[in-house]
Amino acid sequence: MRFFLSLLAIVILVWTLFPVYHMILLSLTPTNDLFQPGLYISHPTLRNYVYTMGQDNPFVRYFWTQLSTSLIVSVWTMLVVAAVAALGSFAMARMKFRFRRYVSGLTLFTYVIPSSFLSIPFFKMMADYDLIDTKLALVLAMVTFASPYALWVLSDYARSLPPEIEEAGAIDGAGTLATFFHLYLPLIVPPLIAIGTYAFLYAWNEYLYALLLLTGEHNIPLPVAMSNFLTTDNAPWNLLMAVSTVYSIPPVILYYTFKRYLVGGLVSGAVSGT
Amino acid sequence: MARLTRAGVLPAPARAGRSVFRSRTLQGFLFTAPLLGIFAAFVIYPILLGLYYASDPDSYRAIFSDPVFRATLANTLWYVVVAVNVKLFLALLLSGMLDYPYPWIRLLSALFLIPWAVPALPGILSFRWMLNSQWGIFNHLLTKFGLASVPWLAQPDTALGAIMVFHIWKYLPFWTIIFVAGRRAIPGELYEAAAIDGAGVVKNFLYVTFPLLRNLYLICTLLSMVFTLGDFTVPWLMTGGAPGDSTHVLATLAYRYTFHMGRLEWGLATFTVALPVTLLFIFLLMRWVKI
Repeated sequence: MRFFLSLLAIVILVWTLFPVYHMILLSLTPTNDLFQPGLYISHPTLRNYVYTMGQDNPFVRYFWTQLSTSLIVSVWTMLVVAAVAALGSFAMARMKFRFRRYVSGLTLFTYVIPSSFLSIPFFKMMADYDLIDTKLALVLAMVTFASPYALWVLSDYARSLPPEIEEAGAIDGAGTLATFFHLYLPLIVPPLIAIGTYAFLYAWNEYLYALLLLTGEHNIPLPVAMSNFLTTDNAPWNLLMAVSTVYSIPPVILYYTFKRYLVGGLVSGAVSGT
Repeated sequence: MARLTRAGVLPAPARAGRSVFRSRTLQGFLFTAPLLGIFAAFVIYPILLGLYYASDPDSYRAIFSDPVFRATLANTLWYVVVAVNVKLFLALLLSGMLDYPYPWIRLLSALFLIPWAVPALPGILSFRWMLNSQWGIFNHLLTKFGLASVPWLAQPDTALGAIMVFHIWKYLPFWTIIFVAGRRAIPGELYEAAAIDGAGVVKNFLYVTFPLLRNLYLICTLLSMVFTLGDFTVPWLMTGGAPGDSTHVLATLAYRYTFHMGRLEWGLATFTVALPVTLLFIFLLMRWVKI
């Protein structure tokens, strides 16, 4: 049994790690060795990273602009999703109101429907409002698709808080808004950080909407710029892998830091409910 | 709905009159208004807009007479049915292994999560270069062992296979952790009772684990199928529909119709064709999932 498990573990490790190893390996390969494939490299170099950081190649001429576009869109998505979900979760978890069912139905619907199904009408709509090539358009799309999950995680957490919050608020004579800001908000800071991270990553990883809504080398975020490498036949793959590695570092750090908040959500109800 | 009355949720005060109820409704509405506004403007409205543009029957006649569209329907079906089910079955089996309480298993589970943490795009690019027919590592190793090299991404079957393999590589870890969580929620006493009855690994799985995970497994299957039905990034960046538009899925074909051929209404009709199935899946999910 032990032997079988170890064998399986080796297979899993090779399967899991090899593509990532291959990416990093390629990013360290000098251009002369690019067309001599192998499992290791004999002349590792950091030159591709130096080119990327110094924008010293036509393919990475706008690297920092594109990186900051990705960053700006992700940060705005994070802030708006956090605000919208904090407000929504207060109502969903702490109030019993008439249209609650419709809100949760609409939220579930938005979570489940594939975002690509809405991409073409969304593009048309943004074109009608003359918002193509603005970061705002991408932020709006990202907020729409990231908020359902954020709302659930927050509402789930908020339900576990004691009912004394509203009672304390009522004793102090605080209105609903004051209760929200002074009593509720400080209590949900930890999950709020986690769902902010989730929203940040959602926007950081997005490709389709970024491709549709932003064009031109100055405007596009990093993933679209990376896919543009593929439009030519003589793409410098080692440079592309260096950009890929840089692009992957923030998500890897954030995913591992906030791991336990980023799984579950919708299915956590199913886990505990059955 | 049982959750409404769980501890911590304030029910409306019993003695409250109509006006208080009404103000609670108003407050609930106000707090959820930003969300509702976003969903109305960017979900409901685009759907209606899309259906409006896709309402011309000529578009459907045109796309159904396009052989690329018919091939795309078949590709999408393969992708959704095969990739998702193989992935989830593997995830179910692997979750059993990652649930073992050895310390090295914990290290293994941590490393196992890497494909989930790395964004799809760099992973796809890495796969693409590995599968390159001239300079890729796969063909290099094949020829080293005296086998013939394969033009992986240049023939339809292997190109579609590459899309599916990448899908499994990227999303297997996520669903595996979900199933590990599901297994951890099963009370230990059940296994103790099964042990007294002399049940082994296989019987434990068949009579304890699987019956208790069945609902979760079904929900995950539906959810993953709906998500995969609309996948654009993986097929688009792995093959871009090539060779010769033979490996398109719905989303990439709709993109091609809309942005390469300037046929907005065909692109929208492509999605609309999949809408009944999608809505059925969503309806089933909404009935099973409690929020």
